[in-house]
Amino acid sequence: MIHQSAETTSNFLTGRLTWESVPFHEPILLATFIATALIGLAVFAWITAKGKWGYLWNEWFTSIDHKKIGIMYMVLGFVMLLRGFADAIMMRLQQSMAFGDNMGYLPPHHYDQIFTAHGVIMIFFVAMPFITGLMNFVVPKQIGARDVAFPFLNNFSFWMTTAGAMLVMLSLFIGEFSKTGWLAFPPLSGIDYSPDVGVDYYIWALQIAGVGTTLSGINFMVTIIKMRCPGMTLMKMPVFTWTALCANILIVASFPILTAALVLLSLDRYVGTHFFTNDFGGNPMMYVNLIWIWGHPEVYILILPLFGAFSEIVATFSRKKLFGYTSMVYATVCITILSYLVWLHHFFTMGSGASVNTFFGITTMIISIPTGAKLFNWLFTMYRGRIRFEVPMLWTIGFMLTFTIGGMTGVLLAVPPADFVLHNSLFLIAHFHNVIIGGVVFGTFAAVNYWWPKATGFRLDPFWGKVSFWCWLIGFWVAFTPLYVLGLMGVTRRLSHFEDPSLQIWFQIALVGALIIGCGILANIAQIVVSIRKRDQLRDETGDPWDGRTLEWSSSSPPPAYNFAFTPVVHEQDAWWDMKKNGYVRPTEGFIPIHMPKGTTAGMALAALATISGFGLIWHIWWLAFASFVGMVAYAIYHTFNYDRDFHLSAEEVTAVENARTALLAKAKG
Amino acid sequence: MSSHAISNIDRKTFFLREEHHTENGTMLGFWLYLMSDCLIFCSLFAMFALFGHSYAAGPSGKDLFDLELVAVNTGLLLLSSITYGFAMLQMAQGKKSGTLIWLFITLIFGAGFLGIELYEFHHLIHEGAGPQRSAFLSSFFTLVGTHGAHVFFGSIWLVVLMVQVAKRGLTEANCRRLSCLSLFWHFLDVVWIGVFTFVYLMGVL
Repeated sequence: MIHQSAETTSNFLTGRLTWESVPFHEPILLATFIATALIGLAVFAWITAKGKWGYLWNEWFTSIDHKKIGIMYMVLGFVMLLRGFADAIMMRLQQSMAFGDNMGYLPPHHYDQIFTAHGVIMIFFVAMPFITGLMNFVVPKQIGARDVAFPFLNNFSFWMTTAGAMLVMLSLFIGEFSKTGWLAFPPLSGIDYSPDVGVDYYIWALQIAGVGTTLSGINFMVTIIKMRCPGMTLMKMPVFTWTALCANILIVASFPILTAALVLLSLDRYVGTHFFTNDFGGNPMMYVNLIWIWGHPEVYILILPLFGAFSEIVATFSRKKLFGYTSMVYATVCITILSYLVWLHHFFTMGSGASVNTFFGITTMIISIPTGAKLFNWLFTMYRGRIRFEVPMLWTIGFMLTFTIGGMTGVLLAVPPADFVLHNSLFLIAHFHNVIIGGVVFGTFAAVNYWWPKATGFRLDPFWGKVSFWCWLIGFWVAFTPLYVLGLMGVTRRLSHFEDPSLQIWFQIALVGALIIGCGILANIAQIVVSIRKRDQLRDETGDPWDGRTLEWSSSSPPPAYNFAFTPVVHEQDAWWDMKKNGYVRPTEGFIPIHMPKGTTAGMALAALATISGFGLIWHIWWLAFASFVGMVAYAIYHTFNYDRDFHLSAEEVTAVENARTALLAKAKG
Repeated sequence: MSSHAISNIDRKTFFLREEHHTENGTMLGFWLYLMSDCLIFCSLFAMFALFGHSYAAGPSGKDLFDLELVAVNTGLLLLSSITYGFAMLQMAQGKKSGTLIWLFITLIFGAGFLGIELYEFHHLIHEGAGPQRSAFLSSFFTLVGTHGAHVFFGSIWLVVLMVQVAKRGLTEANCRRLSCLSLFWHFLDVVWIGVFTFVYLMGVL
């Protein structure tokens, strides 16, 4: 099979790559490939027929406007969500039928790739693009800045993330993906037990995307520290910006560890070193430590920005100032620090002894205190507020209920003796889906419904929004409550077949839940399609459809490329609210030229070369890997010789844009 | 946070009529990058701390390291930091040719360091003490090699900056780039002091 061919044949020109690597013999994969190819061709033909390639290239792909990059991140996240969800449905289907003599429809080696791909995609290529996209779109506007600190780097980061996603997708059709689970623990991920290309796809997809993530973390830290408008001291920053700052500190302080861990694993695989092998003095548990030193902060990287988004939404839709702003900031900072002191709770069963386990158990439980403080702050914001149950608010309330329960099961797992029973069980699976779906996914949908009118100039259709919300909420509980039950009964994760028929009913209920979530995703798509078709009815001309509180609502929707014709000056925490209440008059004349960065193709070119280099490394096509890497370095050097990276938007152009807004506002007033 | 203080602005003023210049963030951004790089080295040092005695019945540091060679190497790298400092002093005075000369001397020292390191690696591998021999040697080659790779790419960067300074002079952009490389170069020096102490000196003890 694939295992043998991988070891025996390797030639200079194509490395390990042969026609055997293309899975013609796997009907499921072949059908997926044909479907993907047809959809791809249809999209390609549609764009060509509309003549939109030039527009896409000039206005989007090469754009270094943070708002457009943010939207591209969201599109990437949503497309990959569909792929990740397809994996989820396949697993649920397999587990609901594979009992006793029925082996299900997926062979084990395929099932193992699916659960690995599901985890990798959902974390790295769905959740990460979603939060990075939101931060991109919102943060510069909330702090009154024209763009991020390093606009080119921002474009480059996006394309590196996309490059990683493309490598994962490629593994579907050329070779195979990793079968090790989403964190690729050795010795299973070592060369002895995973000799084929799966783990290599995993390594290089994550390394390439990781470069993008680290750079965007640095970018946002500098943006938030250096580029706030006058008057916006740290304690006047909107809470979303605060949580974005903390999430990016975590990115910069944890992704290098992931990079290092994966470098060491690749050295073991490519060079034959002995870091994580069982022989010659290596120690596989060191990899587990390293990867979780990154992995635990990672979950806070995902959830913190959405805590921020919920804070903005609760305040706006309760028509009140956020309760306990200061405690919210301190809670965020506490979580940021504590998230580094808990990694070992992922493997209490390693056997590090009672003292070590006690320390990590207690730190883990302590994290629930600042998180609880946040929940009370949201509740007290709603208390006696004039709550509007718009779609973002529904997601927020759904989150508060769901996430709290997920948090409590997390505290259960933080007790080491309990963890020895529940470790690697479906209880754990239910727990982290409880916080990631209930927190990150609900948060993303809340935020998308909230900020969509700012990005497009029209609202999302509330009917389909509500359908999607109820499907997701109900579907989530139907899908994951059975996993809590099964986990308590001792069923472990990652199994493709079961013997005990009494368990089957729980897996069938879980499948129903997953299908309800599937309806939720269809409703999400319907919501976007319907909203685009009904955009004239849903149009918002004021730029402030929710009666917002922070600076992003002060501009037109969609905002002009330069964000603010004049840099705002901030006096209060809710700056835009303060401006509205204290007699702010929008300037209509006296505009000045604005300094803007130019678009560039360098980000795309470098990421394309990185993808090719990664492909060469995966398939041991050394000349290709080397040549494209050298090409990358050479292109980067060539790019530094371009000193002419800015232009001035003339005062006349700014005036024209602002006059159009003046006319629109007059029309909105009627 | 002085740049964000607005004590002199009227409470009713909600925007600035003139262009607002924020401080350039390149140096902060580059410093943050260095800190992230520092964490990679931290991980590698942690690996060496763990595996430093996992010889797998193979040679130890005492058997392998030639301290005199390493002393020469350390001297070269420390001197290159001083000469980079001289280049920065010339830059501060706006002397283009002086800057270029000191950068060139820095490059020579850097190349010398790399040459000696490659010789050492070649020698070790030739003796059968390659990175595959034991976890100790795996972590030794990875830590020292990662530092060497940084010096290598730093040297390429140095050459690129020399060309750019020669072509365009000490412009604001070029001075900023030289300052970034200066941070990078001194950072590698600091890392090397850690390598020299923990890997070589304590390895021979």
